[in-house]
Amino acid sequence: MLLAHLPILIVVLPLVAAPLVVLVRHGGVGWAVALGVSAASTAMSVAVLAEVPGTGVLSYAIGSWEPPWGIEYRIDAGNALVALLVSAVATIVLPAAKRTVLLEVGADREYLFYALFLLCLCGLLGIALTGDAFNVFVFLEISSLATYALIALGRDRRALTAAYQYLLLGTIGATLYVIGVGLLYLVTGTLNFADMAQRLPAVVDRRPVIAGLAFITVGMGLKAAIFPLHAWLPNAYAHAPSAVSAFLAATATKVSLYVMMRVYYSVIGAPTAFGAEPTGAILMALSIAALLVGSGAAIVQRDLRLMLAFSSVGQIGYITLGISLASAAGMTAAMAHLINHGLTKGALFLLVAGVALRLGGTRFEQIAGLGRTMPITSFAIVIGGLSLIGVPGTAGFASKWALVVAAIGAGLWWVAAIVLASSLLALAYVWKFVEAAYLSAPPAGAPARGEAPADVTVPALVLTAAVVAFGLHATPVLEASSRAASAFLRGWP
Amino acid sequence: MNRDIILRVVSKLLIPIALIFALYVQFHGELGPGGGFQAGVIIAAAMVLHALIFGLAAARALVPEWLVETMVALGVLVYAGVGVAGLLLGGNFLDYFVLARDPAYGQMRGIFWVEVGVAISVSGVMLKIFYVFAGRGRALDDKP
Amino acid sequence: MTTLGHLGYWATVALLMTGLYIVIARGHLVKKLVGLGLFQSSVYLLYIVPGKLVGGTSPIVDQGARVYSNPLPHVLILTAIVVGVATLAVGLALAVRIREAYGTVEEDEILAADDHDG
Repeated sequence: MLLAHLPILIVVLPLVAAPLVVLVRHGGVGWAVALGVSAASTAMSVAVLAEVPGTGVLSYAIGSWEPPWGIEYRIDAGNALVALLVSAVATIVLPAAKRTVLLEVGADREYLFYALFLLCLCGLLGIALTGDAFNVFVFLEISSLATYALIALGRDRRALTAAYQYLLLGTIGATLYVIGVGLLYLVTGTLNFADMAQRLPAVVDRRPVIAGLAFITVGMGLKAAIFPLHAWLPNAYAHAPSAVSAFLAATATKVSLYVMMRVYYSVIGAPTAFGAEPTGAILMALSIAALLVGSGAAIVQRDLRLMLAFSSVGQIGYITLGISLASAAGMTAAMAHLINHGLTKGALFLLVAGVALRLGGTRFEQIAGLGRTMPITSFAIVIGGLSLIGVPGTAGFASKWALVVAAIGAGLWWVAAIVLASSLLALAYVWKFVEAAYLSAPPAGAPARGEAPADVTVPALVLTAAVVAFGLHATPVLEASSRAASAFLRGWP
Repeated sequence: MNRDIILRVVSKLLIPIALIFALYVQFHGELGPGGGFQAGVIIAAAMVLHALIFGLAAARALVPEWLVETMVALGVLVYAGVGVAGLLLGGNFLDYFVLARDPAYGQMRGIFWVEVGVAISVSGVMLKIFYVFAGRGRALDDKP
Repeated sequence: MTTLGHLGYWATVALLMTGLYIVIARGHLVKKLVGLGLFQSSVYLLYIVPGKLVGGTSPIVDQGARVYSNPLPHVLILTAIVVGVATLAVGLALAVRIREAYGTVEEDEILAADDHDG
């Protein structure tokens, strides 16, 4: 009986836990509840992923109102994987959050932090699992509003301006998405993704459909920080509390990218989105620009956090490049990179959180000689960096290789060449860290040799280990991604 | 605190009427325009009027900060609780049909408690927003 | 349909562009939020206008009533309005906090202060 309700329980559990944490008003309890709920969501996501058979779809009618009239939760191999990524990253980040939140946010607001964190988690999971276009907007705003507040809790006043800027751009993005959904609703009369997909081919006047596609692309592009709509991302990631940076960098943009994939492949359909309309060409051009500009901008940053944030802009380009290829191989690469990059960036931001905890900052002059003062953390950051470059033996290699193969398979040799060339840019910014950490002397007054506290370092190392494990043994991720890709391409008839 | 006697008397007359009207909007919501959201806003508006005329400190004494925060969380819990009740009684999440033996009556019961939750949360949130903005940058006992 | 028949859409687009322009062109953080509010209200119009049918009744099954207005857009937009209220509240709260931290709500002065910090 419980198994049948898993799709909704994954979302409801954090939703119920958040007000409970507010009622209890205790930071430690809040943290424990958040950790327990995240772990439970992870377990349920695993169960759902195992439950979704190779070709099947789990459908859950909220309030027993039959779809398409009621809100439907619709789970296939694609969004179950996204939900697993979100909840698993939350579970790994939370143990490290305890200490950093106490330090950065303060004990008096600690319980509110965890309530917001749970709401953000609820929103992200809801976006992933719902099969209703308007429900996506509602969950998008739940997660976004929680995110704005979480970012504003950051260490210094620049967190406030970063949160404000994200609020403006995030709201514009979400509103553009609703306009797009509204146009599709006007021509189909339904908000259920699967029902919409069925009715769209019969729509005679294509113009609202194309306009809707464009609005949704720009709106979700803003939320996913696709170049040139990425202006909010670097500051938001760099100035948010450490735990929030790690969680958001691994999950928030990925969920928006998932919505794009869903709308392109399952609702509008690849023949319209990529055949009749030039979505693929536009997305490809933007992706290539993102690869070059994001990675290029990362090189010139003077702060490790900002460098990682700009690197995210570039790495998102690889994912959208995979989407733009409109093939099973491209989508597999996109999903694999979505997961691998999520794990890599989560690991890196957690490691940097440990650095900030010990050294009080992450500017390059502060982290000079890190290889000597914090050898383990420093080494793990290098491993994460290698995954960003795509060196064999790391997770980043597996998905990038899949992307190159997909591009060559589509006859786009020059795209494959640009992907490889952009790896050199990644090499440049990772080398900058290596230079600071291993080839410079620690600044005067640097703390003695020693790592960050274990509760911060261990979760970071777990993620780093996952990056290496999925690099050496890439089959699980690639297989799950391939199943997800075929689920997207098959659509929701 | 405003010392104008007309404002004070009029608001003393108005606030109870506003609260009663809020209850009307709340419970008539099933049959006519209205519901928990509107009722919650009217309740909060009555309290805001009280704060404007009699001072923030008086309003805070009447509806203290902790109560407001509890209301915000409690309303969401009531709403979600209706959903979970549907689950426990053998239906889907937010299933109203199973809340009573007669499905139509179950519908009414479900929407009633959902609207109660909405009203509690909305009035709490509106008051919270007002308190947060009004209390910023000045002491709690605001003398004119 | 005639140009006049598209009146609702014209109004939607006008609100949309006006709101977006204010968000981009103004440097005052509160004015930006006003623009954002206008921008969001364009969506309310986009959904609600097609929900009205000339001669339509309320959506209650009754004898003699053939044409009725679709209630769903109104419900959706009620949700969107609540979201708009929440966004505005968070935005204004951030503006207040920025004012306290920087002593100004003008974007260029804030950017200058950030540059000064390095």
